[in-house]
This record gives sequence, C-alpha cells and structure tokens, in this order.
Amino acid sequence: MTDETQAVDGGEETTRRDFIYIAAGGTAAIGGALTLWPFIDQMNPAADTLAEASTEVNLAALDEGVGITVMFRSRPHFVRRRTAAEVEAAAEADVNRLPDSNARNVNIGDGELATVDNRSALTAAVADGVTVDEAFARTILVSGANCTHLGCVPTEGAGEYDAWFCPCHGSHYDTAGRIRRGPAPENLPIPPMTFTAPTTLVLG
Amino acid sequence: MSGPSTYDPKTGIERWLDSRLPIIRLGYDSFVDFPTPKNLNYWYTFGGILTVCLMIQILTGIVLAMHYVPHVDYAFASIERIDRDVNFGWLLRNIHAVGASMFFLAVYLHIFRGLYYGSYKAPREVLWILGVVIYLLMMAAAFLGYVLPWGQMSFWGATVITELFGAIPLVGGPITEWLWGGFAVGNTTLNRFFSLHYLIPFLIAGVVGLHVWALHVPGNNNPTGISVKTSNDTLPFHPYYTVKDGFAIAVFLVIFAAFVFYAPDVLGHADNYIEADPLVTPAHIVPEWYLLPFYAILRAVPDKLGGVILMFGAIGVLFILPWLDTSKVRSMRYRPMAKWFFVGFLIACLGLGWAGAELPDNPVPILGAVGIDFLFFGRVLTLYYFAYFLVILPVLGFVEKPKERPASIDAAVTGGKSAAPAAAPAE
Ligand code: HEM
Ligand code: FES
Repeated sequence: MTDETQAVDGGEETTRRDFIYIAAGGTAAIGGALTLWPFIDQMNPAADTLAEASTEVNLAALDEGVGITVMFRSRPHFVRRRTAAEVEAAAEADVNRLPDSNARNVNIGDGELATVDNRSALTAAVADGVTVDEAFARTILVSGANCTHLGCVPTEGAGEYDAWFCPCHGSHYDTAGRIRRGPAPENLPIPPMTFTAPTTLVLG
Repeated sequence: MSGPSTYDPKTGIERWLDSRLPIIRLGYDSFVDFPTPKNLNYWYTFGGILTVCLMIQILTGIVLAMHYVPHVDYAFASIERIDRDVNFGWLLRNIHAVGASMFFLAVYLHIFRGLYYGSYKAPREVLWILGVVIYLLMMAAAFLGYVLPWGQMSFWGATVITELFGAIPLVGGPITEWLWGGFAVGNTTLNRFFSLHYLIPFLIAGVVGLHVWALHVPGNNNPTGISVKTSNDTLPFHPYYTVKDGFAIAVFLVIFAAFVFYAPDVLGHADNYIEADPLVTPAHIVPEWYLLPFYAILRAVPDKLGGVILMFGAIGVLFILPWLDTSKVRSMRYRPMAKWFFVGFLIACLGLGWAGAELPDNPVPILGAVGIDFLFFGRVLTLYYFAYFLVILPVLGFVEKPKERPASIDAAVTGGKSAAPAAAPAE
C-alpha cells in the first residue's frame, strides 16, 4: 500500500492490510497445527499392528488345576482349568463387596456382576453345531494376564487366595481373576472367546 | 554477573574474530574472568562434575549406538556382543551404565546443595526451574536407556512406567497405546525409545546452556547466602575455581573408575541379564536406585490415579519451591530451625529410597516389632516429603528467628580483615 492510502486510513479503521495479516496468520497457525498431526499420529499403532489376530487354545491338553499363558493380540492371557475346589472358593465371596464387582467380560454386557459364572468360559459364544459341557466350561477361566494396576504378569498359585499375586506392587487376585486386595483397580479382563469345538476355544 | 566485559583481544586474529563472532569474549567472560564468590566449598563443584558426566554419556552413547541393534530379536544379543566381542565394548558399556548412576549421584548432591543454601530463591528462580527441567529430562533419558538392553527389568520397567499414563481418566488408554505404538510394549516401542534416548541428552545439553546463562546473570550463590557486594567478595573463576573444580572432578573420576573396573554391575539388577519375556514378570521388580524414592511414593497410595498424581507431584512441587519458601534468609547456616527440618528431609528421601527397594508388606527392621511394614514406613516419609515443601518451609519463614548474618562474604571469610581489593590471580 502507498503512503497515500495509509494517510487516508489514518491507521484507525480496518484496512486490507489488517485483513491480510489476520488471514495469513490464521492460515499459518491452522496449517502448522494440521502439519503437526502426522508427526503425532505416526506414533499410534500402525495398520499391520491393528490387524486383528485370533488365538486358538486346546483345552483338552489341560489337566484339572493346570493353567497356561498364551499370547493374544500381543498380550499374555491366562487360560486355567480350575479344580472344583478353586471354583467353590471363588463362589464363596460376596460379589457386591468386591473391590470391583463388574464382571469385566466383553462376552456379556458391561456392568454385569462379577460372579464366578459371569467370569468363566460359560459366557463364551458357541459355534453352530457345537455342544459344550457346561460343568466343564464353568471350570475354565480365560483372562488377560496383565495386572490391572501397571501391567505386570501376576505369579500363579500365590498370594492370599492361592491364585495370583502380582509381585510388582502386591495385588492379590482370586481364582476367578478378581482383584481382592492391593492397588489394582479392576478385575482381570475377559477377552472375546468362542467354542469352535467342545474343547477348543478361540480368542478373538 | 554480566558486568562490562574485560576481554582484551591481544592478537590480530582475535580482534578480527571478535568483531565478527565474539565467541572468545563469551568464553572469557563466562569462565575465565567471571567474578565468583570466594567462599565456595566443594558442594559447589558438582556443576562442573555434572558437565563432565553429560559429556561422558554422550561420547560413550554415540559409540555404543554404532554396535547396538534396536530390535526385540537382536537387542539383547547385541548388548552381549558389545560386552564380549566388540573391542573395548565392555569398557564403553560399563562407563555408560555406571555413568548414569554417577550422573544421578552428582545431580542429587547438586540439588541438595541448592536446597541447603537456598539457591532457589530470588533472583535465581529461573535458574532453579531450568535445573528441575534438566533433572526431569535426565530421568526420561535414564528410563529410556534402561529399556534398550531388553532384559527382564528393561521390559517390565517399561511396562510399569508406560502403564502409569493409563491412570489418566478417559485419555489414559489411548495415550499408552500411542506411547507403545501397539497394544503392549514391543518392537515399535523399543525402536522409538532408542530414537528418543539418542535425542534427549542433546536437549539436556541445550537446557544446560540456558542454565549456565541464567547462572551468569545473578552470579553464584554461596554458602553464606549473602549477595556479593564488592569485588572483595569475589575471585576470578580462573584459576581459582577451574583448579578447585578440576581437583573435584579428578576425585569423582577415581570413584567412577572404581565402579567401572571393580563393580560395574553392583548398581544394577541381575535380572536384566535375562532376556525380556512378556509372559513372566520377575518376582521382585524395582527401578534403578536413583528412582526408588519416587517408586515408594507411587506405592504409598492405595489408589492407582492417586499414586501417579502424587509421584509426579513430588517433582512438580520442586518447580514452585521458590515461592513456597517464605524466609528471606537464603542459607540454612543462619536458619536454626530450617536446618533440622532439612536434615529430616534428607533422611526422608533416603528412607523413601529404602522403602522403594523393599516389598511393601515386608516388616521394617526393628520397627517391624511394633508392626510397621515398608508400606506404612513409606507413607509416613511421603507425608514428610510433601509437608516439608507445602507446610514447613512456608510456615518457618514467619516463625523462625534467623541467626545474625555476617556483613559480607568477605567478612564471613576473613572476619573483615582483607583491606585491599582481592589479590590478583596467581601467576
Ligand atoms: C543424559 C545422558 C544419558 C543417560 C542418563 C543415559 C542412560 C543410559 C542407561 C541407564 C542405559 C542402560 C545401561 C545398561 O544397563 O546397559 C543406557 C543405554 C544406552 N544408551 Fe544411554 N544415556 C545417556 C546418553 C546417551 C547418548 C547421548 C547416547 C547416544 C546415542 C546413548 C546411547 C545408548 C545406547 C546405544 C544404550 C544401549 C547399550 C547399553 O545398554 O549399554 N545414551 N543409557
Ligand atoms: S502392576 Fe500389579 S500391583 Fe502394580
């Protein structure tokens, strides 16, 4: 702009230059923010990481009272065939007085009570044409193996409930994978699961 | 003290450069003729020692990175190769690993020095805050570096620390996945941790530059806490403090070398020589010794989010310390009450470190007889830690009667007998 127009404006009114300042500044700010996003988002899980995987577990290989740890979606999971005594021990607890009374089971709705049945493989889907022995399914517990406090894998057969004890900060879980004492806030989560044969459980 | 420059370029080349890039002038005014209180004791040598530590970490780190492979399948083996096959690899790795511990040893002494002599008070608040920023970056660098060998402690330490962010309501889950680049600590995580571990020391170097700049505006504090008044109170940095710092650095390096050559693993954990296994957590996981007090604070709270808030709060409170301490007197030499609370604070920090290393349910020796376990012990000390900053220091400024302070630094050192201006530097 020439001196002449500036004199006319007297520097008081809105000028084309003000408009250009704001438009250019605004574009730079928005453009900068948009450019930042790829640099942030690249750290999120990549497409191949997101590709959902499933894990098959052969329950027939488990004797009573035996548990294994399997990997499912890059996280360890406990699969345990409990003894009748273990199931009963868990059933004795008053569900409403647990630190976390939510079943934390994606196979049933959110907010269901954390009863022994609601946390067992009884809640698993069953593929067409497959019949599953309910008493057997009731003994099967599948849950995430990372402590809901800060992610350590609790030690099996330890702690106040002879089930799982987290060595990191001292969380005690019972034989239904429910938090009973310690800093962990939630029960171990139950993953999505389906019986594809009477003794074959597919996670995912 | 950024007073008028006393640099006098002697040669033609120096004059030529000085009128184009006065970099020699900057160095001269900052480290040669810089007026420094003449009563600085050995607690004041840790700044120089820390600079050496940073240089050692960067130098050894860059050469380690030439042999290290940031991949879950090869990382552990590449560390073993550095230890066994690479020429002098054992030495370079030991220097780097021991160096991290020595770095923290020095920074803790440096910080407690500042707490005792009131170095965080006006006009040095920004200097202090930059120091806390460096400390935070150091913790990040050390945490990330400890993950790289991909041992059991590496993996589970990384899991526990990243899961801390999961405690944040609503966004916690997405943030942890963002940090991991997946659904658990894995290869993607290791890769980015290596990238960041390489970056952070250079950020630290940048902040150290600001830290020294912020130091050179008000100048050094000193054990009396009294401001410099005349040139009788100071000596030129060189040769007086270059020699004193140099001597302290030499002693420090002797201790450093003793660890490197005779006990390189004594400060670490044997479990980290077991390759990472996502299926099994070691029976007793603890962080490196320099992070133990914060670990104890984290565990002191029975609530996940509460523990995380308190742990970060323990560092956060350092940022506002300059405004929490209401006393006008800087040095605790002249604060008869604060001095003892400071001693208590020191003991609380050491005790928290001890509590962090033990299982929460273990009984405390002797006190266990009356049913005190490490969880309770840690809770009491955590309470004192926060009370020191949030209650004791703010209140003491009003209720404490400081001791009489000398008229000047010179008077404190010579009893006011030095009549003539400070002697010229020795030949
Ligand atoms: C603030 C400075 C630094 C600190 C506090 C620090 C700390 C650490 C720690 C604690 C470890 C684990 C040591 C072990 O148990 O083996 C480590 C490893 C490592 N650091 Fe650093 N580091 C620093 C600077 C650097 C720099 C500048 C580099 C250059 C790229 C680097 C590269 C590495 C590499 C490649 C490893 C893996 C090899 C090993 O574990 O010995 N570090 N660092
Ligand atoms: S991670 Fe299990 S108690 Fe903290």
